[in-house]
Amino acid sequence: MASSASENRLLLSKIATNEKHGENSPYFDGWNKYNQNPFHLTENPEGVIQMGLAENQLSFDLVEEWIRKNPKASICTAEGIEKFRNVANFQDYHGLPEFRQAIATFMSKARGGRVTFDPHRVVMSGGATGANELVMFCLADRGDAFLIPSPYYPAFYRDLGWRTGVQIVPVDCDSSNNFKITKEALEAAYEKAQNNNINVKGLIITNPSNPLGTTLDKDTLESLVTFINQKNIHLVCDEIYAATVFSSPKFTCITEVIQNMNCNPNLIHIVYSLSKDMGFPGLRVGIVYSYNDDVVNIGRKMSSFGLVSSQTQHMLASMLSDEDFVEKFLTTSAKRLAKRHGVFTDGLEEVGINCLKSNAGLFCWMDLRRLLKDQTFDGEMVLWRVIVNEVKLNVSPGSSFKCVEPGWFRVCFANMDDDTVEVALKRIRAFVGQGKKAQEQAQVKSPKKRWQSNLRLSFSSSSRRFEQEGVSVMSPRMMSPHSPMPHSPLLRATT
Amino acid sequence: MRMLSRNATFNSHGQDSSYFLGWQEYEKNPYHEVHNTNGIIQMGLAENQLCLDLLESWLAKNPEAAAFKKNGESIFAELALFQDYHGLPAFKKAMVDFMAEIRGNKVTFDPNHLVLTAGATSANETFIFCLADPGEAVLIPTPYYPGFDRDLKWRTGVEIVPIHCTSSNGFQITETALEEAYQEAEKRNLRVKGVLVTNPSNPLGTTMTRNELYLLLSFVEDKGIHLISDEIYSGTAFSSPSFISVMEVLKDRDCDENSEVWQRVHVVYSLSKDLGLPGFRVGAIYSNDDVVVAAATKMSSFGLVSSQTQHLLSAMLSDKKLTKNYIAENHKRLKQRQKNLVSGLQKAGISCLNGNAGLFCWVDMRHLLRSNTFEAEMELWKKIVYEVHLNISPGSSCHCTEPGWFRVCFANLPERTLDLAMQRLKAFVGEYYNVPEVNGRSQSSHLSHSRGQSLTKWVSRLSFDDRCPIHGR
Repeated sequence: MASSASENRLLLSKIATNEKHGENSPYFDGWNKYNQNPFHLTENPEGVIQMGLAENQLSFDLVEEWIRKNPKASICTAEGIEKFRNVANFQDYHGLPEFRQAIATFMSKARGGRVTFDPHRVVMSGGATGANELVMFCLADRGDAFLIPSPYYPAFYRDLGWRTGVQIVPVDCDSSNNFKITKEALEAAYEKAQNNNINVKGLIITNPSNPLGTTLDKDTLESLVTFINQKNIHLVCDEIYAATVFSSPKFTCITEVIQNMNCNPNLIHIVYSLSKDMGFPGLRVGIVYSYNDDVVNIGRKMSSFGLVSSQTQHMLASMLSDEDFVEKFLTTSAKRLAKRHGVFTDGLEEVGINCLKSNAGLFCWMDLRRLLKDQTFDGEMVLWRVIVNEVKLNVSPGSSFKCVEPGWFRVCFANMDDDTVEVALKRIRAFVGQGKKAQEQAQVKSPKKRWQSNLRLSFSSSSRRFEQEGVSVMSPRMMSPHSPMPHSPLLRATT
Repeated sequence: MRMLSRNATFNSHGQDSSYFLGWQEYEKNPYHEVHNTNGIIQMGLAENQLCLDLLESWLAKNPEAAAFKKNGESIFAELALFQDYHGLPAFKKAMVDFMAEIRGNKVTFDPNHLVLTAGATSANETFIFCLADPGEAVLIPTPYYPGFDRDLKWRTGVEIVPIHCTSSNGFQITETALEEAYQEAEKRNLRVKGVLVTNPSNPLGTTMTRNELYLLLSFVEDKGIHLISDEIYSGTAFSSPSFISVMEVLKDRDCDENSEVWQRVHVVYSLSKDLGLPGFRVGAIYSNDDVVVAAATKMSSFGLVSSQTQHLLSAMLSDKKLTKNYIAENHKRLKQRQKNLVSGLQKAGISCLNGNAGLFCWVDMRHLLRSNTFEAEMELWKKIVYEVHLNISPGSSCHCTEPGWFRVCFANLPERTLDLAMQRLKAFVGEYYNVPEVNGRSQSSHLSHSRGQSLTKWVSRLSFDDRCPIHGR
């Protein structure tokens, strides 16, 4: 007799059967559309362009060149094979000493050499995903909470809270002051949590910010440090985009700030990764760096659940300790990001679309408020569906980042080549132009009609059609928030 | 307010146990053939270093796999970007084929039901997160791998209730023991969600009998709970009886997707023991239950396998000539090495459980105990570490209910070092216990009291510092 699905469901954990992995949010619907119809310059020029994936693909040529010139870094080449068995055997959760050293050195270089890091505090984890979860497991119990300034990376919901049972309390930021974190917002969020009997254990910030693409200024950082010391709570700084800073102001990391302040070091923890700065998300290199000895100690034991492959450690130890290469990479990468950012934001400006002024990250925070039918999140969703289905660009709606203002969208620019950027800009120009044309036509007919209601007219047919179709539901097997290239040769299974 | 979490402040990571302390002592004074001939020989580490030469020679002949190349083209960029938690399809296919080959192709696995994780450490924890809530329990036969206390309990908040197995029947699982464990859990108000077994067993070095597997299946069927079979040592079953996977038994009993128990049987695998690649962090979860696969897949985000490593191993494991030769040669060398250990122990008057798998023997030193207590076991263990300079694992660290058993590993050191270890052991036993060689059967012996007093000389306080390097088995 077949077991009933619901009986089986009872036999699984709450974690396995709740939705707190967060993958059923509309954030991932866009990816679905992309996966069904991915853009290709020659093979599918009408497909959906993926602009919802914050990846850094601009500087692989430098890495490939280095790999070609350094066969010893691989334990599988003739030059490097003598290291194979020792490396393959090495599962010490301290990590290869040369790897830890290389990471500490690289972290310093990515911060302009203004600070140094101690290799003995470097703890490995399964990407920044693993690192963030690990830090929560160390600092908070089930039911405790962390404050997070909004807008924030959607997957924090899963990474910080899914298996840990930790809650997120957002600290609201808005465009009135360019989304800066204010003392008032922090205090308000903290108080609200207290009033609801929620035990706040800390504050987590992403600096440079995802999705804003901005770095925190020194004053803000100092006020955060003051705040957490006053409340005696932790500060976790996710600095995963540290080396994507491409223009001024320069990046001020938390280490710099606490060096000159009265701060309890036991409260300060950094999360890092090579996924964005180097463009290596597949290699799963996450780092927890804490100034709290107990957290380093315990975190290291926990890192057993997500160590970096020793093969990867070995290669990166070699690569990242090559000072000339690192220097060249960091400089070139920043230059290329600056250029790409410039091309993209200029292109948007030409059609009257502004982005938040940014100096870092792999994306822009685009202001499409004036294009909303209604200044509501429903209005944002309507516009978003038009952009995905009609304009065929997968961008990420601000609501998925828990932004408090509708109309903002994150659009990534570093995960494609120049030609694709051109196509994307062309489509945006056409889309905005279409809107303007409709507006002009409507004004000719009845000049007193408000601009917004004309937009409503021009978009209504397409949005209505989408609403009739309904939102597609992801099947867990098909979807992954991490699948950038469904037609990558890597995905063609060989038999 | 407590500044750190409970996870961070209590000792549920389990690393204060003697299992790990022995490693620490080894780290302070490791044996070296030339530089430190009197150092401690590491026999507490279940690693397989016997067949790495086969992998090295394959690599020498297949440079492309390693050099981020496919058909002459560089695929570095694509690999570096590939973070899809479904894993490289070619790698998963190669994994399931390898798993089937190890099982004599008596069962096959569907790559869509395989989830890759960062080692079996992560696989086991992920399973528990999927199957149990904090405060619930899993039943595990003793003796068991000490790392389970960390892997299964620490961050999940789930309890382990032991299924007591004894030497009276070669530590096999009995129906009585299963029922007693279940009752014990009920008495403690713990809801049992499943049974987790390791087959082949760590630390016993034996494969489960068909009867035991049938028993387990009936038990979980009857109680309506899960069965997780950690088959990490499946490729190390070097002599008869041959390894029987729980998946094979499901097939035997005509259990398919229409039977109740089908979706509740799961397997854990890894390449750390069979291939001797613990550094690469390659683990896997296999389940027939789509919901478990879906949940585990999402959870694997916290510990994916490096794409660089997936690519390399995909090429390696897809080479059927290599896998066939490797599996056969691995068995051969493990069998020979185990034989050497067993005979070396016999010369020292020590016998062990009759083992046919794994990277270790389950050694019977009950006759060397001052008394039938765990205190006496600890005293003996400390002597062995500090005087004989061998790091072996005391049974108590594996939650064995009988004092006097030790796990001794044989595949992580060169043969000549193993021989030296046995010579030391023989000298030790001869000097203190006057026990003659064993002729295939264990003998009891009586310690004279004067000998017994010298044991106390060797009890010393071990200091715990954070240099425990390894979490492996």
